[in-house]
This record gives sequence, C-alpha cells and structure tokens, in this order.
Amino acid sequence: MSKTLTIDGRSIPFKDGQTIMDAALAADVYIPHLCHNPEFKPHGSCKLCTVKVNGRNVASCTMPAVEGQQVLSDTLELNDERLSLTQMLFVEGNHICPSCEKSGNCQLQAVAYYLGMMSPNYNHFYPQREVDASHPDILLDRNRCIYCELCVRASRDVDGKHVFGLSGRGIETTLIVNSASGLLGDTNLAATDKATRVCPTGALLKKRQGFTVPIGQRIFDHHTIKDVQLGGEHE
Amino acid sequence: MQQPESPDLSRILTPILARHGSDSTQLLQVLRDVQDACHYIPADAIDQIAAHLGVPRVTVEGVAGFYSFLSTQPVGQYRLLFSDNITDQMLGKDELLQYLCNKLWVEQGRVSEDGLVSMDNTSCTGMCDQGPAALINGWPLTNLDHNRLDLIAELIRSQKPVAEWPPMLFEVADNIRRTDTLLGEPCVPGTAIKQTLARGARETLAEMDKSNLRGRGGAGFKTASKWSFCHAAIAEEEGSVICDIGGRPERFIVCNADEGEPGTFKDRVLLNSYADLVFEGMTLGAHVVGASKGFLYLRGEYRYLLKKLEGVLKRRREAGLLGNDILGHAGFSFDIEIHLGAGAYICGEESALIESLEGKQGRPRNRPPFPVTHGYKGRPTVVDNAETFACSARIAEKGGAWFAAMGTPQSTGTKLLSVSGDVARPGIYEYPFGVTVRQILDDCGAEEPFAVQISGPSGTMVSWKEFDRKIAFEDLPTAGAFMVFKRKRDLFLTARNFAHFFAHESCGFCTPCRVGTQLQKKIMDKIYGGHGTICDMEELKRLGHILKSMSHCGLGSSAANPMLDAMEKFPDVFERKLKALAFEPAFDLDGALETARKITGRDDEWAHL
Repeated sequence: MSKTLTIDGRSIPFKDGQTIMDAALAADVYIPHLCHNPEFKPHGSCKLCTVKVNGRNVASCTMPAVEGQQVLSDTLELNDERLSLTQMLFVEGNHICPSCEKSGNCQLQAVAYYLGMMSPNYNHFYPQREVDASHPDILLDRNRCIYCELCVRASRDVDGKHVFGLSGRGIETTLIVNSASGLLGDTNLAATDKATRVCPTGALLKKRQGFTVPIGQRIFDHHTIKDVQLGGEHE
Repeated sequence: MQQPESPDLSRILTPILARHGSDSTQLLQVLRDVQDACHYIPADAIDQIAAHLGVPRVTVEGVAGFYSFLSTQPVGQYRLLFSDNITDQMLGKDELLQYLCNKLWVEQGRVSEDGLVSMDNTSCTGMCDQGPAALINGWPLTNLDHNRLDLIAELIRSQKPVAEWPPMLFEVADNIRRTDTLLGEPCVPGTAIKQTLARGARETLAEMDKSNLRGRGGAGFKTASKWSFCHAAIAEEEGSVICDIGGRPERFIVCNADEGEPGTFKDRVLLNSYADLVFEGMTLGAHVVGASKGFLYLRGEYRYLLKKLEGVLKRRREAGLLGNDILGHAGFSFDIEIHLGAGAYICGEESALIESLEGKQGRPRNRPPFPVTHGYKGRPTVVDNAETFACSARIAEKGGAWFAAMGTPQSTGTKLLSVSGDVARPGIYEYPFGVTVRQILDDCGAEEPFAVQISGPSGTMVSWKEFDRKIAFEDLPTAGAFMVFKRKRDLFLTARNFAHFFAHESCGFCTPCRVGTQLQKKIMDKIYGGHGTICDMEELKRLGHILKSMSHCGLGSSAANPMLDAMEKFPDVFERKLKALAFEPAFDLDGALETARKITGRDDEWAHL
C-alpha cells in the first residue's frame, strides 16, 4: 500500500525516496520553486518552495516525504514570505524585464506574477556584473543570474563537462566558467548542451533568437507558471 | 588590474603538491600554501592544481574565491588584516587602522602602489581579551597601540621578513581567570583512554549518557546520543553496505575548532594549554563509535597553534596514544590530522565544516541526512566542539555521575566563557552551569555593566534588567562569548557591527541569507547615516522574520538576532538615530554628487544641493 502525507489538508500519495516536492508535482499540487527542476538532483537554495511541516519550515524540494506529514504550503504567510524572497532575487541582480529577450518565458518573472509582486519593495543593489558574449552561440549575462546552479548541475551531471561553477561568497557570489581566461568562448560548451537550456531566467540565452516569438505570444503571457510546471515543463 | 610577473610557479608548486598528495580533499590546504608563497592564487596555479588533483578548474577557482584568506588577485607582500569585532572597535581599532594606513601610504582595502603592503578588516580573530588585534600574513598581532604600529610600520618599510619580527608582537596570553573541574587539573596523557579501555566502549557510552553532557558549541545536543547514532549508522554506497553497525574503519571523529563566533576564544586556550585533553576526548570517542580517523578543523586565524599541536600529536603517537593498537589494545587504531580553515565563519556549521574538510567551499548541506549517518565522504561522522571532547575526557576519567553532579539537571558540568569588553579582567572563566550573569560581571570587574552579548552575534543580548538570568541551556545557552558593554556605549554600533559581520560571512547559498543579511546591513547603515525612519525599523523586523523562518542554516536564522534584541530591549538606541519623518529616501541626492565634486575639485555652495 502506498504511503500518504497531506498538503494543505489534501491527502497525497508518495513512494519511498520521494521528496515532498516530488509527491506534490506528481499529484498536481503546485509549490512555487525556481532552483528545482525534477530532472536534476534537488538543490534547495532559492527557498521559494519552503513549506511548513509539523510547525517547522523546510525546503520541500530536499525534504524527504514521510508517512503522515502534515504539510502547509498555500498559506497567506508562506506566500507572503515567498513574495519577499522573489523581491530579494529581483533587487540583488539587474532584472530589466522590458529589455530582456527572456521576458514572457522567464520563470523568475512568472513566479513574480504568480505571487502578485507589484513592486520590488527593497532598494535595488545595482551590482556591477559582467556580460560574456565570447561564445559563438550562447550569451552569458550575469546580471540575470539567480545562483540556482541549474546550469552547473546540467553541465556536470548531464553534459559531463563542468562548464559552470560558483565562486565568491555571500553577495559576492559569481557564476564562473571553466576556462583560464574566464570566458565562455574558451570553454567546451556546445550549443546543444543541456546546460544551455535550463536557465530559469535570461542569464544564458541562445544567440540570434531575438524576438522570434513576439512579446504577447510567449509562454507566461498566456499560462501561469503553476499550469506550465504542473504540465511537466521546466525549461 | 595588471598582474605582476608570474613567479616561477612550478618551483613553488611542486613541493606544495608533493607534500599534500593528489587527493582532492587537500585542495583547501594546497591553496593556503600557494597563497602564502605567492601572496595570491595565480591563474596558472589554478590550472596546475586542477590537473594535479584531477578536479575541474571551476572547482579550484570556486574554492579560491570562497575563503577570505585566499585571493585570486595579488595582496600585499605584507598583508595586515585588522580584527573588526565590536570589542576591537571599542579599543580604538578604527583609529589605529587609519593611523597605520596613513603611515604606510595605503588605502584600506587596497594594495600599496609598490605591492609591499595591503590593509583591511577581517572578522574577529579570537583575541578579544588582548585586542585590538590583527593578522600579519596570517600570524596574530595582539595589544596593538600606536607604539607597536610605529614599530610594525618600520619593520614593513625595511622589508624585514615576518619570521624575524620581535616575538613580543606575537605574544598571546591564555588569561585564564577562573578554573573549575575542566581546567583546574592538569591532563595526564593517556588517563582517560586507559579508563575507556578498561571500561569498554559500551560502558563508556553509558557513562557519557549518565553525564548528560551536551554539545559545547551552543546548540546543546546530547553528546551520548550523537555518538550512539554514529555507532549505529550503516553507510551504503552504490547499493552495497560499506559500514556495518559498530564496524570499522569507515567512521570519522571531527573536532570543530573553527571558533569564529565573534567574542569567543576559549578553544584558543584549550588548544594552547589543554590540547592533550581535547585529543584524549577524540581518541576515546573514536573507540566508542568505532572510528579510525579523526580531524581537527582549526580555524585559519589559529594557524600559529599548528606547529605546537603537531608536536602534541607526535608526542602522543610516540607514547602509543595514537596510531595502531593504541595502548596495546589490539585492533584499536586511530590517528588525527589537522586541517586549517581559511577565513570563513560558516565553516563552524558542522556540515559546512565537513564540506571544507573535503576541500570544498564551506556551504552547509541539506539535512537530512545528518553527519552522524552521512558525514565526511558520506560516512558516519561525529562532529563535536573542542570543549565537548575535553569534557568527554574528564567524564571518562571520573565517571558520568561525577559530571552530572555539577551544574543544573538540564545543563550538567561546567562551561568555559570568553569574557571581553568593558571589564577589568578579560579572559577565560570556567563556571558550573547555572551561574548568573551578575556573578560573572562581579568576578571579571565589569565597569557599570549595561548589556552583555551572550554567545556572540548569533546569541542573545541581555540588558541590565536580566542580569539574574543564568548561563544554562534552559535559560541562556552559549558557545562561550560574553561581551560586556558599559552604560555609555552606543549599542546601536554593536548591532550595526554584527549586521556587517553576518553580511560578510553569509555563504551566499540561500536567497534569504545572501540578500537578507545585505538588506539588514544597508538599513543599519542608512539609520547610522541619519536617514532612518520608523519604517526602517519595521522593515528590520520583517527581514528578521524572513531570515529566521526561511534560511538554510543557523547563520541565516540567527543573523537578525542582534537587531531584534536591540530593538526590543533598547528601543531608544534606535529611536535616537531616527529622523522624525515617516519616510526618508535611502538615496542621498547630495551624497551622489560627491564623485562629481571630487573630479571637479569643487566644494562651494553651488556644488551642493
């Protein structure tokens, strides 16, 4: 007999080895998330998927599902905290949606829509970050990086290349690439690599794809991130 | 920035790489040595180290970028880092730093034009009882004053190697002011191990259980439980069991001597004068859980203790207290290796410490699984504070009941406190748990005490109204820091110092801590600059809630404590600094013109708003 836990009072089945997030996605329950992609090993850094389990906050993407767990997710308090985290992600980087090719297909933007973000609330940090256009096919714009490490994981675990990594500490954290010059063009990244397709924001973009789909006809112009991700789409 | 001519790298690198072998867990140790030799980690060295250890270049660069004492840009041949704890500031550190900067013609945070010297701040170096303190190329300088800085400036100008500087500059006193059962008696090497072997592992664990010893790092988890979980853990790797219940050799004992909590320096004294007691505790712990390998993770700031500690380990090996068949007990093999940190407070968190031991960035792991089942290299690992191991040795010597008779029922035994700040006699004080704050203040000669920061920035600030509270897990738990502030101190500066500390030490892994600690720091600076309003206090409270409830580890969840405590207990220290307005922009229009004024050399009325 399969085991069950409850999320917001609803009984959800799960199998041993699944996380709360796995169980939720399988049962069509949406818990907002950015650094999680079911194809990769859970990471637990963005903290958007935080839920309350028996009174304690835990990241649902990394917390193993346990029989009888009482999980609260879609609550006013948690959604308010998720909104604050999303605002933090916006102000620590330079996210200028109107000029970003990813606008409309961007998960950060879509989560902000979903959580009803109307302003950044905090003061923008306006950090100085480097743009790297050295690669023939891929543009790396660090202004939009949210340190989810999906590209790091994809390159390491799927492509077997270790093209990406994080360096620095705290707010000085930077996405680095595997070349002595520090340039993406000097790495062995290929346009067909999984790592080029997993960025939830516009930090990694395919070149020469500008506005092939017009604004207004993009994914999140018509669907919520909830519907898209429950539909199994994370890229 | 123009990089200087690359030194003959392979000449420098070859012996370092040979010394550390080719295991990737040695990465941090290798990088420390390269930093020492080259004053930075050159790009070519990163490639060579990566090739030697068989890890990707990004991994090496990532680790080099994570730790404060490593840098990928050249620092001065003489690198001075001033300890920036609030206690150092109270002793005049800011003025002293500026004084030396002026003397040596260098700007804080910069390298001098000739590459000779660089000067900056660093987090508390654990010398609060003899500050202001600093590190010169990693070696501690204590009791700094203008005379000493004059001498130091002269030594740097004449380019005298640090090894030849007068020893009095580097003197570190123990300052033990009060002893009890832990520090009161000398440790005769081997006593606790003999008792353990006579009693047997199971019985020793029973004594540990009876003692009710709880972790001295502040969290207070029961040590006997941790040890028995580790003993009972079964490690699996790719489907096959590699470690049976209680079996050897795939278990590890780790001593956490990364005491980075500002205001804490008890492990410094323990390791300087009671190292045998700590190693004794680790060894008997190894016998109980069935470990064959131990690590002492020594914070980078305490590298000056390394040689001495290596000497103690050597002596213990020669006495048959480490190595194979310890004290003739067939099959009981255990040895200890020392790993140095490189300036990262987060490595005091046990899973981050393990990552760092493995040569990686010190980022806390996701839990579960916990280190007792999946620790170092994925194997069952006990991580305990240095003081916890020292207590274990005493318990093995004298029994659990003896230990449990001291302190309070929930907090047995004694506690080492590191007392600093506005007191006549700063230093180490050992008390049975249950002692009141007032008693300690009396004993250390506190001068008009007004507030005490218990257990450092991540702990609790108590006001003079609470001085009858007790040091105990059930009242005021502590890792040891006890910083005293007298009446005329501005406690806002204390909170602001701690806000800066957390922002600097956040590892950056999770959103709430990475960004939240920065937001806190910015708001505290805004209030400090005279632009604060009541809204900013509200925002601090909201941030505090998010940090507490959403953070990945204890650093983030305690990072708001200083602000929340100060606002609750001393609201006037904030309110005095606020503007009477409900809203005040964080953006200072006139301040933004400063660059333009500098460029044009103007400071007249029309150059201001």
